Amino acid sequence: MEREGCALVTGASRGIGAASAAALADAGWPVAVNYRSDEDGAKEIAERIDSNGGSAVAVQGDVSDPSAADPLFEEVEERFGTVLVLVNNAGTTGDGLTVQFDDEDWQRLLDTNLSGAFRMTRRALRPMMKARFGRVINMASIVGQKANPGQAGYAASKAGLVGFTKTVASEVARRGVTVNAIAPGLIATELTEDVPDTLLKMVPAQRPGTPEDVAACVRFLASEGASYVTGTILTVDGGMTA
Amino acid sequence: MAEETVSEDAVFEKIADAIAEIGPEREDVKKEATLESLDVDSLDLVEVGQVIEEEFGVEIKGEDVEKLKTVGDVVDLVVKRAS
Repeated sequence: MEREGCALVTGASRGIGAASAAALADAGWPVAVNYRSDEDGAKEIAERIDSNGGSAVAVQGDVSDPSAADPLFEEVEERFGTVLVLVNNAGTTGDGLTVQFDDEDWQRLLDTNLSGAFRMTRRALRPMMKARFGRVINMASIVGQKANPGQAGYAASKAGLVGFTKTVASEVARRGVTVNAIAPGLIATELTEDVPDTLLKMVPAQRPGTPEDVAACVRFLASEGASYVTGTILTVDGGMTA
Repeated sequence: MAEETVSEDAVFEKIADAIAEIGPEREDVKKEATLESLDVDSLDLVEVGQVIEEEFGVEIKGEDVEKLKTVGDVVDLVVKRAS
């Protein structure tokens, strides 16, 4: 990595975000480790990256807040320069049958998982276009493409992210900016702690994925070698939806 | 910068330079030239808008874009808003 700039990973204090931040640091990017509330977690991730020879900083910002993007980017730009890799990973879950699902939960899911990614991407694109290089990587989910009863809100937000990814990709492709999504399946994180064994039986690989399995894909999509890959959804699910 | 009066020529020069960066020959970028003839599309205008904002403190919004047909239209808009 010889470019002047950095990577910003939202929701990076743990799980897939933390693993993605570490993978991008390993690829040579200075990394901004964004968190909403888990300051200790984010600082620990940043310190771990630093002690492994990388360069990282923990930055607070709640992506579901419409006014969060500007101050967050300014802080990161001041420290590490232009954000050339944006990983929209911050996400939340909320399960419940549609007939019992309330407006508040629905809105919370869309605000964080979809609107947050939109606003962060909107803020990131101009400097990326100017640099004639950029990588936006949105964390979707296989649930955005395949039904999972009880997750209509989550599915809608992730399917929305898929549509968003494809359209933005087509808008900015000729500026050297790629926009892709990753659709993880069953990944062992805090969000999926309660997943029953019956679900695991549906995974041909017969194991849950790890955050590192997903981070490896983030690293690839952020690389120079992935410059012709845009508007795509990379499924990482051990064959679950195959 | 926005408080000073900006001369139309200065605005034109900056905008023409910014447009030429995107592709067209600098000498083809005249006030009467249409953006279409120069192959400047809405995404290109976003980039030109970035230069304009940095130089003159004037923001070109999405709703402006459809009204801008020629290079001169862009210059006029910036001069009007900057003064």
